[in-house]
Amino acid sequence: MSTKYMFLIYSDEASMSDATPEQWDQMMQAHNAWAGSVVAAGATIHGGDALAPSSTATTVRTGGASPVVTDGPFAETKEALGGFYVVECADLDQALALAHTLPADTVEVRPVIDTN
Amino acid sequence: MADPVVVAVEQAHRSEWGAVLATVARLLDGDVATAEECTQEAFEAALRTWGERGIPAKPGAWLTTTARNRALDRVRREAAMRARYPDLVRDEADPDAPPGSEEDDVIVDDRLRLVFTCCHPALAPESRIALTLRLICGLRTEEIARAFLVPEPTMAARITRSKKKILAAGIPYRVPESEDLPERLDGVLTVIHLVFTAGYAGGGEQFVRVDLVERALDLARVLAVLMPREPEALGLLALLELTDARRAARLDADGRLVVLEDQDRTLWDRAAIARGEDLLARAFTTSLRTGAAPGRFLLQAAIAGAHDEAPSWAATDWPGIVMLYDRLLAAWPNPVVEVNRAVAVAFASGPQAGLDLLDVLAGREDLRSWHYLPAAQADLLRRLGRDAPAAGAYRDALGLVSDGAEREFLERRLAEVDPEADRPAPGL
Repeated sequence: MSTKYMFLIYSDEASMSDATPEQWDQMMQAHNAWAGSVVAAGATIHGGDALAPSSTATTVRTGGASPVVTDGPFAETKEALGGFYVVECADLDQALALAHTLPADTVEVRPVIDTN
Repeated sequence: MADPVVVAVEQAHRSEWGAVLATVARLLDGDVATAEECTQEAFEAALRTWGERGIPAKPGAWLTTTARNRALDRVRREAAMRARYPDLVRDEADPDAPPGSEEDDVIVDDRLRLVFTCCHPALAPESRIALTLRLICGLRTEEIARAFLVPEPTMAARITRSKKKILAAGIPYRVPESEDLPERLDGVLTVIHLVFTAGYAGGGEQFVRVDLVERALDLARVLAVLMPREPEALGLLALLELTDARRAARLDADGRLVVLEDQDRTLWDRAAIARGEDLLARAFTTSLRTGAAPGRFLLQAAIAGAHDEAPSWAATDWPGIVMLYDRLLAAWPNPVVEVNRAVAVAFASGPQAGLDLLDVLAGREDLRSWHYLPAAQADLLRRLGRDAPAAGAYRDALGLVSDGAEREFLERRLAEVDPEADRPAPGL
């Protein structure tokens, strides 16, 4: 039995926005290499992408009588959500081991609920 | 007179609970919450049926079979579980049939799996302790709450949340791979050590929570048997044996704290010391064979052993103990170890040498609220005959210590260096 995990990648946005094209290339290569190691470990990547900086985020709150739209991310933090993967792993130990090798500062690992 | 069935069930609860739960949890693919319910039901069934049919020759095997059948019943009954465990539904085993001998190895592995699952790093440290006591030792939630001075609903919520996380997050039910083993084993040993220290430090009115101390010893014994080639597993059991050997000497007839220096060493449990020393020797030999430097539990055990061997406080091998603290600091850099090392230096090289080290440590933020540091300073100042600064340091320590035998001890010491001290302080 396997579980899908969401890898939420948090990084310092300042360092991301200051990156040179060469640094971007390096980062992309590092992610490609990581994706290769995931497959080699027997896990499956179901998707993943980088996100535009949190300065481009808009938050919609729908709880009240009318939706409230605000500029900015849901939570303002120094390390912001910068990208994600959905990876199908054998168990949490495999997920944590793969998250540990991601080229990222902080990765939150969350199981995805199977709604089927 | 005690009912022999109740006695037998209580005994089995103490010795078999964790093993029964561990086996059922494996059959349920790591669903410890359901395994716990089935184990509970098996013990309830034992109370009912052992009286009628007699106490089985192998209570653990009877309980495991019964709990396993409860799990099978659920799997058959509940469609969701049936879909999850297609292979599990087999012929119902006869609860009175003796288990095959090949099952013993499986049970050993099951207990290790359960230990490593309860102590998984994805769980918060306080949850690891609670789950270990609940699932492996079979303590009731109410007992665990009392031991850690937490309201029962808080502890119940913590345990429920952790069990849910194990299942939802996919924490695997297995012993970690060898490359992860040292770190994960350290996590398990830390949990057992914390259970022991929680018992040893007591809580509320009790100076030593004997139940927690004994549970920690049980757990450490199980682990030392299951992992006989792991020096730190042997080292932890040695540490607990060599520390707990002094239990009877730690309080006087009036229930007051007696420090190591003043303890009646004839009250020390020589059999426990012998067991600890034997474990120490085995652990060091194993450690040498693997080529790894001795770990923190083994080194702490060696320090405890050096105290246990000494005929008196004065005749203690203080330079040897300082050397062990040096190795411990290298293996496990930690301000608490530094304070203990400074005290050992005071007895190896004179109180002033120890005091100088403690004065440096007193500036550290992470030691600010720890009463043991000013208490150690006060003790060395007292030995140097510097009563006024000693009294000040005792007062600092009293400002940090909670009620109990330790507080009472520090008040006694303060009265020795400051005869005015037993008068009520202004404003109290």
